[in-house]
Amino acid sequence: MARQKFIWRKSKNIIMTTLCFVSVLIAVAPLFLICFYTLKQGISAINLDFFIRMPKPVGETGGGMANAIVGTGILLGLGCLFGLPVGILSGIYLAEYGENPFGHSVRFLTDVLSGIPSIVVGVVAYVIVVLPMKHFSALAGGVALGILMIPTVTRTTEEMIRLVTQSYREAALALGIPQWKTTLRIILPTALKGITTGILLSIARAAGETAPLLFTALGNRFWSTSIMQPIGSLTVFIYDYTKAPFDDWNRQAWAAAFILISLIIILSIIFRFVTRNRTA
Amino acid sequence: MIPDPSTGGTQIVPPVGVSYRAPRKKGRNIGDVLFKNSTLLFAGIVFSLVFLMTWEMYSGSRLSIEKFGWNFLASSTWDPVQDQYGSLPFIFGTVVTSLVGLAIALPLSLGVAIFLSEIAPRWLAQPFSFLVELLAAIPSIVYGMWGVFVLVPWMRLHGQPFLSKTLGFLPLFKGVPYGFGMLTASVILAIMILPIITAITRDVLQSIPNLQREAALAIGATKWETTKIILANARSGIVGATLLGLGRAIGETMAVTMVIGNRPEISASLFNPAYSMASVIANEFTEATSDLYISSLIEIALLLFGVTILLNILARLIVWSVSKKFRTA
Repeated sequence: MARQKFIWRKSKNIIMTTLCFVSVLIAVAPLFLICFYTLKQGISAINLDFFIRMPKPVGETGGGMANAIVGTGILLGLGCLFGLPVGILSGIYLAEYGENPFGHSVRFLTDVLSGIPSIVVGVVAYVIVVLPMKHFSALAGGVALGILMIPTVTRTTEEMIRLVTQSYREAALALGIPQWKTTLRIILPTALKGITTGILLSIARAAGETAPLLFTALGNRFWSTSIMQPIGSLTVFIYDYTKAPFDDWNRQAWAAAFILISLIIILSIIFRFVTRNRTA
Repeated sequence: MIPDPSTGGTQIVPPVGVSYRAPRKKGRNIGDVLFKNSTLLFAGIVFSLVFLMTWEMYSGSRLSIEKFGWNFLASSTWDPVQDQYGSLPFIFGTVVTSLVGLAIALPLSLGVAIFLSEIAPRWLAQPFSFLVELLAAIPSIVYGMWGVFVLVPWMRLHGQPFLSKTLGFLPLFKGVPYGFGMLTASVILAIMILPIITAITRDVLQSIPNLQREAALAIGATKWETTKIILANARSGIVGATLLGLGRAIGETMAVTMVIGNRPEISASLFNPAYSMASVIANEFTEATSDLYISSLIEIALLLFGVTILLNILARLIVWSVSKKFRTA
């Protein structure tokens, strides 16, 4: 009787362990499926034209997304302009002076902010920028991306600064260096590698955003670098080209997706390595 | 304390052996003050962002709030021609796909989190953690594309016919397998919210002191029985993780828009196309012509914002209190 019970407990243990492992396999399977499929479709679709040519009119094959690549670049630049100063400086505040109720609530609100759907941020950018200006613009898209970048940049900056050994700070202060100089000249340079890669990763993620751009930057099939005009972006092109019933457009959508995914995965891996060396 | 003749107040005498220097009010480094206050200013911007967003969306949707009131939530008329708007079908689509997605993702996430925190050795847990995190990094639009070109055809040809053959007696799995529809959207959502539920559950499990595991193992519990004890301790943390996942699912836009079918209908079968709150904003915002139309769409965004913010606040508080409890213990 006791023996039977023991065997039952043992086998239950084995069954549950196996189930857990199976769920890991099920969980990572989509990652490989998606990466494999994007790789397969993307590699064959990508060529030089994709980078240097403009979109062709409906019905003609060929052409590329040169304007969308530039457009995504401009949108990201604007996003950085709005998002990075706020993110980095508030990250410094949280790490250096943030041990008070205000700091805790800012930290809490950044976490909450990171859970807000990106489409809602797009609507906010629409109300703030597009409505007063009365037309869609790259500027509005940049504002949306900037707001989206703030939470990750803030938290990465804070965490990377916190990883710097306390003795660095103490040594600098003991030499009589004022605290702000310690932060700027000793702490920040030490944390710079982590902060930079973290920021690059958040930029890459912003490059993958679509929803907040649909009705802010809108999209544009023509060459435009003006921040007051609608502008094309890779993700909005992917969206339009996926819905389109033309094989050649679908092909180009895969090429764009391939570029985005490789960018994000490569930066994630770099970030992983940088932060691992730091904590070890 | 001895009286200080110069100020008439009292002077604090330092204890023996402790060096003491009165705080220099005047001589404080001007750079320090400037630097601290400028970082404080930017932290203040982050702080006020949430409130600014709330206000902007409220003022943008006031037209629709005043016209329709609570009826906006209960009416299923969405008629731009007559300028009549009710968001019930969208709320329905969002709630159903999110809950079904959660039902698929939750058991899997628990399994993965248990594996990463309790079962796998470090060298195996680390790469798998990274893979799960990568899953969260893939852009929503790429999920949507993969959904349109791979998952939808597969669901139409294999997944849905199989379900209607085996579970077809349930109203949930009746009807024509289009491929596009609530079920496919739920599956995509499940894949997308799995990483966040897993990551937070794993962190909560890891925050539970090893003493618990050692005690359980010492009285002869198997690994699984130990895990059950750990899970019972982490219960509220898991609830928090689930709420966060739900918040993600509710706000997810592109992938859902691309596979849900975009038809404002309320139906029992998961095979049928539907519409979600985020999708209607994504699809119709640029086409909205009248002020009331735009205002109604902004009100839907405000609803999404309110619900996700509440879920996030609740979830963060729960997770935070759990990890705090074990950190101080």
